[in-house]
Amino acid sequence: MNRALGNLPKGWGGFTHDWSSDQRAFKGMPWNKAMMWIFLLSDTFIFMCVLISYMTGRASTAVSWPNPSVVFGLEVFGTSVPLLLIAIMTFVLISSSGTMAIAVKYGYEKNRKLCAIFLLLTAVCGATFVGMQAFEWTKLILHEGIRPWGNPFGAEQFGAFFFMITGFHGTHVTIGVIFLLIMARKTWRGDFDTGRKGFFTSVTSNYRAIEIMGLYWHFVDLVWVFIFAFFYLW
Amino acid sequence: MSQYKTQTHKIGVYLWIWALLFVFSFFSYMVDYLNFEGLLRWTLILVFMVSKAALIVAVFMHLFWERYAIVNVLLWPMTLMLLFVGIMAAESEYTLFTRLFYFVAGS
Repeated sequence: MNRALGNLPKGWGGFTHDWSSDQRAFKGMPWNKAMMWIFLLSDTFIFMCVLISYMTGRASTAVSWPNPSVVFGLEVFGTSVPLLLIAIMTFVLISSSGTMAIAVKYGYEKNRKLCAIFLLLTAVCGATFVGMQAFEWTKLILHEGIRPWGNPFGAEQFGAFFFMITGFHGTHVTIGVIFLLIMARKTWRGDFDTGRKGFFTSVTSNYRAIEIMGLYWHFVDLVWVFIFAFFYLW
Repeated sequence: MSQYKTQTHKIGVYLWIWALLFVFSFFSYMVDYLNFEGLLRWTLILVFMVSKAALIVAVFMHLFWERYAIVNVLLWPMTLMLLFVGIMAAESEYTLFTRLFYFVAGS
């Protein structure tokens, strides 16, 4: 019996086949990748809870909600541009997702140098994003007087939701940058080619780790798509 | 390792999606810049948001090429969460009603 992946049924037939089969449901997928997907699903629940509570808070207050395009506007050469910094942050994070996708591609092809370079580029974009977020928080806290318990623009809940949502997302980006730097170093050193054991895990790894790293990073970008739409644009 | 499949695609696929994400982000920024209001604004925001999210998940996260066993594990819970959104939207409407009725009108 030939159990090669190419011989298994695809589509819905494959769905029933995989889930009713022996031993494992996720055919052709390493366990660490399946577990990353499960983790991302649970992380989706967490972000969803935060965003739903934001929706509930904003929709149920009788006080008018602060206008995001005014609160997050920037003065450039004397004219105020709405959401300028947020737009730049969005483009930077999307670019980091693009470089990550290319890093994953070179990971598949076991191209050590280009993979490491694009991982590093991704980390730089991510760090830039966090830096701009720190700038934004500084501006809002020191100059605009926005606090989790109140602000001069309108409904008091605004600050609590803003710091919770962007803070939680920024934490994810920061953790991602740290892991990107670790992976870039491991890749550049050739750990995936020589089978060098991880310092912390004591097991050998391979280029599939880049793909799993990519899943996490794209998820961080994905969450920002929703935050951008619901918090800044709505 | 032979039982694990890897999908290699031409770099152009990723560059195209990258460009599309830029275009959609630019459009959604324009929604705010041009001060679209009301139903038009919300519809456009949602359309661009869903398009971007779909591109990221399908192509960048390779879900388009995965087997249905994992695709269904991921997409059904996410679909069910829309029900949660609906429940809490109704709940917040009720809370707003009670606040307006007892605090604003009653004060």
